[in-house]
Amino acid sequence: MSFRERATVALGSPKTLATDDGARRLAGKRDQAVAEYPAMDAMRDRAREIRMHTLARLDEYLGPLADQVEARGGTVFFASDAAEANEYIRRLAADRGVETIVKSKSMVTEEIELNEALELDGRRVVETDLGEFIIQLAHDKPSHIIAPVLHKTRFEIGELFAAEIDAAYTDDPFELNAIARRYLREIFLSADMGVSGVNFAAADSGTMVTVTNEGNARLCTTAPRIHVAVMGMERVVPTVEDMQVMLEVLARSATGQRLSVYTNFVTGSRRPDDADGPEEFHLVILDNGRSRVLGSRSAEILGCIRCGACLNICPVYRHTGGHAYGGTYSGPIGAVLAPVLQKDDGFSDLPYASSLCGACRDVCPIRLDIPSMLLGLRQEFTEAGETDYGWLGPGLSAYARVATTPFLWRAFLAAGGVFGRTVGRDGYITKLPFHAGNWTTTRDLPAPATQSFHAWWKEHRGT
Amino acid sequence: MSGVCQLFVTCLVDGFSPGVGVATVRLLERAGYEVAFPFDQTCCGQPAFNAGYADQATAMAEHTVEVLDATYGPIIVPSGSCGDMLTHHTPSLLAGRPLEDAALRVAARTVELTRFLDDNGIDVSGARSDGTVAFHRSCHGLRGLGLDGVGEDLLDRSGVSRCELEGADECCGFGGLFSIEMPEVSSAMLETKLKAIEASGAEVVVGGDVSCLMHIEGGLHRRGSSVRAAHIAEILAGEEA
Repeated sequence: MSFRERATVALGSPKTLATDDGARRLAGKRDQAVAEYPAMDAMRDRAREIRMHTLARLDEYLGPLADQVEARGGTVFFASDAAEANEYIRRLAADRGVETIVKSKSMVTEEIELNEALELDGRRVVETDLGEFIIQLAHDKPSHIIAPVLHKTRFEIGELFAAEIDAAYTDDPFELNAIARRYLREIFLSADMGVSGVNFAAADSGTMVTVTNEGNARLCTTAPRIHVAVMGMERVVPTVEDMQVMLEVLARSATGQRLSVYTNFVTGSRRPDDADGPEEFHLVILDNGRSRVLGSRSAEILGCIRCGACLNICPVYRHTGGHAYGGTYSGPIGAVLAPVLQKDDGFSDLPYASSLCGACRDVCPIRLDIPSMLLGLRQEFTEAGETDYGWLGPGLSAYARVATTPFLWRAFLAAGGVFGRTVGRDGYITKLPFHAGNWTTTRDLPAPATQSFHAWWKEHRGT
Repeated sequence: MSGVCQLFVTCLVDGFSPGVGVATVRLLERAGYEVAFPFDQTCCGQPAFNAGYADQATAMAEHTVEVLDATYGPIIVPSGSCGDMLTHHTPSLLAGRPLEDAALRVAARTVELTRFLDDNGIDVSGARSDGTVAFHRSCHGLRGLGLDGVGEDLLDRSGVSRCELEGADECCGFGGLFSIEMPEVSSAMLETKLKAIEASGAEVVVGGDVSCLMHIEGGLHRRGSSVRAAHIAEILAGEEA
């Protein structure tokens, strides 16, 4: 299925209306937080500098990061693809006799489908982020980078909890939260392995930061005897000080908070004088197509810090919801990332899933020029003959021929006038043939003018 | 204040809404400018550029740059979108090609109409509107050229009655060939825009881009709405149809 087909199904559905509500709410919070923080623009510039600097020297930072983690007793595994990452974690779980695994929210483990891989071996994997927990119970997929259940209402969640975990029905958000909290607490205490994502990893110290609003990442990374962190290889920053810059822009852009409720720094496994912490720490650094992106025209997209601000502001995302994008990453960022990272037939029209309105570029904390990257992908697809819109080619070539030959252009305008007079009714065309008919299914087309501006000028001003 | 201005009228004004070009000429002439119209101008190439057809876009961009670079004075464009193309995308499209420098010269001379009117304090007291207006902030003018509030200021200064439009800075769903490539999503975005326009109480929706206005107007007409669409040049020149 294409984006267009998935989106058409999603338009106006309850799921999409819930997404629209939630996205607008988050966008509003972001705007307010930015307005209250005079240094935001300067911080965004600095954050962009750090990301672009690091991306240009990934090899110079990933090595030291691995060295630092290992110097602090951790084990580092570089996975070239999803299969390698999953295999490493599966084998680790088998070797250590792991039965239950708790997870904190991580898009990269969605990307590699880690849960499915671990469940194949009969292990119990439990998502502990409230949103991801709901997604797991519902056998659903996240529809938003930071708010995975943006498409669900509290009523649906109440019904889901009643059906799946024997809770008394309630649609009160606080009670729903309390139900999940009670349910998960027991599992946290019995889990053998905790899996987390990584928001940023500092090369100078091997420190990793994870931000949450629920504290579940802190439990996942400290309570079980083994902690496995999975990160995309682009998530490294040079120093812990650089992390501070990233955190200043991340929470504000994501949820409008100055700082997430829990900002969890982890450096290695438990040391002899530590009161608690895991016995073992493993860091899986994932490539999975990122090296290829790094060498492409879309390299800048790896600067993304997964705040979700571009989703919240995007009129296409608001009208279609995240599932229409068909992959792990949705919205404007997904429209670039999915085709370059997760090569798949269902993504070939994603770069066209944008009116290029530029709202995403305006809110991006890293100032990523997403519209330009979408344009770049459209050009690449066209050049490679892989575009879904190849039928535009002959028409645009003919149009270009006319538009580069002034006398043909003027003849074209005159012909348009005749067409408008003949086909138009009261100045409008209500039905057009072929692909142009895509316009007139829902809109009339104002008819071409009988006298073009060229003709007017010639009549009133001479040439 | 006077001098020569070059008018780059844009392909859609040329073929669909010549009245916008006429209104632009009147506004500028009334302010004492001599308006020239480089007669060999056609389309800046934006439709092909946005659709990912770089070769076709380059051919049109080169033609446009050749025609405009042979003139002098500010190049006035009654469109945020084409203004953004000439200012930003044409130079990047022609980078490394023979017309790169010419494209940069043209970019430096290009001024979107409302920006020009505002920067030069041009008298807009001759404005007229047959009803309350609401202003739609077209995306490329707003975000590409930073026309944040320029259109609204001009309308307010002109004395026409204006009401606020909820979500004025949200895309109407036109997006060039996006409207044909993704018609369902484009139409849903338009629907949201039309509802906001109708809820605003405006009798005329005004914008700085004929492209978005054609989309909005086509949607309003299909719904049988009594709200009309007009380009800001037509309102300010007192020539709203």
